[in-house]
Amino acid sequence: MSDLLETAKRMADRAVEGEQVEVFIVRERDTEVRAYNGEVESLTASESQGIGVRVVKDHRQGFAYAGTLDESILTETLIEARDNAGFAQPDEFNGVAEPDGVDPADVDLYSSDLADLSTDDKVALAIELERATLAADTRIAGIESAEYVDSIYESAVATNTGIASFTRETGCYLSTYAMAEADGEVQTGFGFSVGRSPAVLDVAEAAESAALRATRLLGAVKAPTSRLTVVLDPWVTAQLLGIIGGTLTGDAVLKGRSMFADRMGELVAAPTITLLDDPTDEAAFTASTVDGEGLATRSTTLIGGGVVEAFLHNGYSGRRSGSASTGSAVRPGFKGASSVGAQALQLVPGSRSPADLIAEVDFGLLVQEVSGLHSGVNPVSGDFSTGAEGVMIRGGEMAEPIREVTIASTLQRLLQDVVDVGCDLEWLPMNAAGTTLVVADVTMSGS
Amino acid sequence: MLDHELVNQTLSVAMSTGGEFAEVFVEDKRSSSALLDDGRVEELTSGRDRGAGIRVVVGGSTGFAHTADLSESGLTSAARAAAAAARGAGQPGATIEVSAAQESRGNGVLIAPEDVAKATKVELLTVADAAARAEGGAISQVSVRYGDSRRRILVANSDGLLAEDDQVRTLFSVSCVATGDTGMQTGRESVGRTIGFELFDQTDVGEMAQQAARRAITKLSARPAPSGAMTVVVGPGGGGVLFHEACGHGLEADLVAKSASVFANRIGDQVASPLVTLIDDGTMAGEWGHFGIDDEGQPAGQNVLIEDGVLTDYMWDRLRARNESRTSSGNGRRQSYQHLPMVRMTNTYIGEGTDDPAEIVASTESGVYVAQLGGGQVNTATGDFVFGMTEAYLIENGEITAPIREGNLIGNGPEVLMGIDALGDDFAMGHPGMCGKDGQGVPVGDGTPTLRVKSLTVGGTAA
Repeated sequence: MSDLLETAKRMADRAVEGEQVEVFIVRERDTEVRAYNGEVESLTASESQGIGVRVVKDHRQGFAYAGTLDESILTETLIEARDNAGFAQPDEFNGVAEPDGVDPADVDLYSSDLADLSTDDKVALAIELERATLAADTRIAGIESAEYVDSIYESAVATNTGIASFTRETGCYLSTYAMAEADGEVQTGFGFSVGRSPAVLDVAEAAESAALRATRLLGAVKAPTSRLTVVLDPWVTAQLLGIIGGTLTGDAVLKGRSMFADRMGELVAAPTITLLDDPTDEAAFTASTVDGEGLATRSTTLIGGGVVEAFLHNGYSGRRSGSASTGSAVRPGFKGASSVGAQALQLVPGSRSPADLIAEVDFGLLVQEVSGLHSGVNPVSGDFSTGAEGVMIRGGEMAEPIREVTIASTLQRLLQDVVDVGCDLEWLPMNAAGTTLVVADVTMSGS
Repeated sequence: MLDHELVNQTLSVAMSTGGEFAEVFVEDKRSSSALLDDGRVEELTSGRDRGAGIRVVVGGSTGFAHTADLSESGLTSAARAAAAAARGAGQPGATIEVSAAQESRGNGVLIAPEDVAKATKVELLTVADAAARAEGGAISQVSVRYGDSRRRILVANSDGLLAEDDQVRTLFSVSCVATGDTGMQTGRESVGRTIGFELFDQTDVGEMAQQAARRAITKLSARPAPSGAMTVVVGPGGGGVLFHEACGHGLEADLVAKSASVFANRIGDQVASPLVTLIDDGTMAGEWGHFGIDDEGQPAGQNVLIEDGVLTDYMWDRLRARNESRTSSGNGRRQSYQHLPMVRMTNTYIGEGTDDPAEIVASTESGVYVAQLGGGQVNTATGDFVFGMTEAYLIENGEITAPIREGNLIGNGPEVLMGIDALGDDFAMGHPGMCGKDGQGVPVGDGTPTLRVKSLTVGGTAA
């Protein structure tokens, strides 16, 4: 058995009469190499671990954490969580998870290739990424960052109610942020390549994507305010899905913060929209076989053919809504108790390529980047407004690049105004996959 | 926090492979928070984070490693890892002798949060919840959060520096949802200061809750925001976020050094309206972005970045300052011992103007009045930035009229700075913020008087 799970079980077994104890332990080994000017700008080798303890007694819940597995601090943490529980108000639905008979998916999310990769090879990848980005186009004048990042992650959850789960995962990615320059004007673009093992990382793909994104914006102008069709780049769609996923959680629904709370079984999106949360999909960068409460993760169809089919639940929201956990407890590392959240969102892809979709747009904007999603999108009211940059589409052809505009609608309308879903599916270093999405009738604000 | 002999020894190991500079950063942080949501005190959380980050610089390369193990063996192995990561040439460095620690400053905290009973903290939550709900039946949900932290740090480096600081912060926020025929709207109010529990002698949490509730209720009758370029007046305290994004990040020396800033090579240039004097000031006692020393051991500084519209200086950390043979400006900060420091803002503000705020609005024919801003984001290489408006109104014929719904505004930093044509005499600090850069969050403050920007693009949906 993993040493982490052993420690977690030993701590959980220290529960006293009448209380439930959940212990979450995580250990992570990360490497980050940043290249600049053909050399290592910084190399960070980190190993961190921590513990989060939740105590439920008399339906009251308390939590404490520590960024160390030092024995004296473990004890202090359990005592502190227990003490904290005494100050919370009781809620009959509080409780730690109990085994629900669902087995973890039989997928391997750990690559020993990554664990075995030498620091020299990681450095070489970062330096090669910088070189390839600079070489991808003569107009690439500089690099803001070019990095290789990897993580070997292990976590264990144990409770005194019979949960004893362990998971280990590897992940790595290349990320490059290029600056293109022409006639004194600078534009930027990024590129990624993600995977579970360094063998699948594609330096050329990341470098070319960054160069394309930066150079195609050169000469960008403001556009006049208008209503048009937007074609969202997979990266933009993934960010949008992340926000929508948050509105489909049991917590938001039960606490009156979801616009979909009373819409179960109703058509809320275009029929082309089928949205899944599937952390058991090996291809997902954020895949995991176990959730934050130690239950097996599973695939949940949230919106099927435009109709709300399910909400995500952790133990608390499952019990309170009269259903059960969907294995969707997520944690902010060890520093917080679990909440409910999406883990690996994806749209079921359509049949047409991004190029075919663009060819059908008479007047539109290909949105390659958005900014201010946290400040201009309100997931409770649905108000949606973000900064945007991209390329105009005229008569099905890519036309002039555009900057310093916003696109605005509401989340409710955006979902209904979806015209088509691309056949592409791109995994990114976040909890959602990207797919090209065509949305009609969006306001672009400009000059 | 750590025996000086052990500090010396760790630095010597870090320098043993030919490092030019080495640093040990030790942090011991205790946090506590309490959350009330859905009418119930949901959970109290306590946390402890303790560890050390060690970096070694060789030429242009930095090696970094951290450990939660503060024993001799833990520190030695982290120092070796950092030295190996920096890939020095292998010659052992000199033995390090750090100086005696600078005298620990009193941190001015009157009531240490750790000495306050948990029940007293919880009481604040229930008072705020009741006050918000008393604002009317439209208030359908309330969440209230209390948080405090005590962060003790020690920084020692191969130049012989040894410095310590003790940073206490206390934060309180209220978020409300109002429900009406038009759907749901949200309102928020927050206060955060680098002081202890005496925060609540100065702050009435009931009034904060009422303010948050009123914001949500007001927005139920809000119209869709307009779209397109228009004049924007930002209320007192609110405009700090605008400057943080429009030029603050662009004046960080690490981005400037990579030419990833539109403000690179522009020292001495008129980059803003002559009304604008921009200062970053980590010394502002009690403010959210205040500290005694930064996370590289440099005392907090008061740095004038733009004076009467002329760019006077950038913000510096030790590494970037060293490359330019100058001293750090006290802007080297990091989220925790697990992170490398980089150039970050502290409290960034615009000095007061002379205009009457009422007159600024009265002389604006039409536009938007932003009473409260949300966060923002900037692309420093192009200067394009956005910021959110969470409480805003139309200005029609020189008067503030109908509330409008949330959205972002977009502009280009250099253009917006030149386009500031009125500055009020009503300076106020804004709300406590967490600034994110390269995945690291640090607390920052900001402040401005009422100000007017001739033209910004408002990202609404109404024609």
